Amino acid sequence: MSFAEQFPIVFAALNEGFFQTLKLFGVTLAGAIPLGLLIALGVMSRFKPLSAVLKTVVWIVRGSPLMIQLLIIFYMPGMLFGHPIWGGGETGRFWAASVAFIINYACYFSEIYRGGIQGVPVGQSEAGQVLGLSRRQVFFKVTLLQMVKRIVPPMSNEIITLVKDTSLARIIALQEIIWAGQAFMKGRDGISGQLWPLFFTGVYYLAFSGLLTVLFGKLEKKLDYFKV
Amino acid sequence: MSVLEVRDLRKSFGKTEVLKGVSFDLNEGEVLSIIGSSGSGKTTLLRCINQLETADSGTVTVAGETFFDGAPKKQKESDKRRNQLLVGLVFQNFNLFPQYTALRNVTLAPRLLAKERPDYKDNKKAILEEIDAGAKEILTKVGLAQKMENYPCELSGGQQQRVSIARALLLNPKVLFFDEPTSALDPELTGEILKVIKGLAQEKRTMVIVTHEMEFARAVSTKVIFMDDGVIAEQGTPDEVFGNPKSERTKAFIRKFHE
Repeated sequence: MSFAEQFPIVFAALNEGFFQTLKLFGVTLAGAIPLGLLIALGVMSRFKPLSAVLKTVVWIVRGSPLMIQLLIIFYMPGMLFGHPIWGGGETGRFWAASVAFIINYACYFSEIYRGGIQGVPVGQSEAGQVLGLSRRQVFFKVTLLQMVKRIVPPMSNEIITLVKDTSLARIIALQEIIWAGQAFMKGRDGISGQLWPLFFTGVYYLAFSGLLTVLFGKLEKKLDYFKV
Repeated sequence: MSVLEVRDLRKSFGKTEVLKGVSFDLNEGEVLSIIGSSGSGKTTLLRCINQLETADSGTVTVAGETFFDGAPKKQKESDKRRNQLLVGLVFQNFNLFPQYTALRNVTLAPRLLAKERPDYKDNKKAILEEIDAGAKEILTKVGLAQKMENYPCELSGGQQQRVSIARALLLNPKVLFFDEPTSALDPELTGEILKVIKGLAQEKRTMVIVTHEMEFARAVSTKVIFMDDGVIAEQGTPDEVFGNPKSERTKAFIRKFHE
């Protein structure tokens, strides 16, 4: 089969894989962005046991490979309870991967948030307090936007890393774009022994992270009207 | 009539006793200057009265409301907030909210407070317009009519401090406190702040000013407290404290400023 004949077949397969990649990316962000804030607030809590437990969790999650975490979350329940909780199909693998990614990224995000919150000068909340604002109002009306401005650069870094980290889900056979590209080596849709589809997946990652870079640049610019 | 009463206020940070029993009264319309060297407890005194620190013992009463009754137990947040509005505090380094314009810095707290009014839903527009009009009037009074839509980062230090004074004024506190309001400013900018404070003194606003500007303190206040090592070493009228100090420590402190 000539390259011109291979291309549309590969293109369709890669698109399908990339859709799965995007889904994992989106679900991870939707879960990890709020969960990270909860972890950050817990780590900063004056209730010592909560803070200690969460610090340990963050240490374990940040200190071990995401690939191992994926394997543990996917296989461990089955080993413990004798039957797999995720189911063997693609949906089960997707949710197992999502849980692993959400926990992993929430821990990284929590440290970024903590830096952002603690970076806002204490005088800001004191000014809010002497003006009679409640603690909740101080957080939402005074601190939050200043924190957001501080964390945009490190968050964009982390989020661009996430785009590429989704490929690790291949270890539990999630059919994301790397998996789709690799299939053409073993043989799929009448094409086998081809390495170029796997290499071509890089173009997808590049294009998508390029788009994110532009979006984050715009966000930074939007917050440029004030200085912290 | 006494609007501020502080009785035997004590505060330690770890083993360091910063306030060793401070008592004084302030009548309505009076301007009190608190002077003394760094580390004498002036700022801590202000922070304790304004509920930013919790004193260890003593009492603080503002306009008949007990702010602090010596028991370091937790106050209810709602009580604390209601009391908080009886006092206003202008910080040394302004602490304006950087993401809001000068006008919004001034109106933020009144707008949020208005939301708690029972008639807010029905009169929302009129209430907000009234707040904005009040804020514009005060900003004009402090000479910032042209800067209302500017963000803090676009203002000079003196302008920022005037916004923060306007912000405290709009809530119309019974007592307005200043914590070294000119210490973070370039010398050529202190004059504009002192002028604003003098104007407020002429309007008989009750104020407590922690300051290192001796000439200013002498000119503007009706009462002066000299603090030294966590106690009030001397208090009296400006002429008494500056012109005829009794304590040796006051004499030494004032001499240093004249050298």
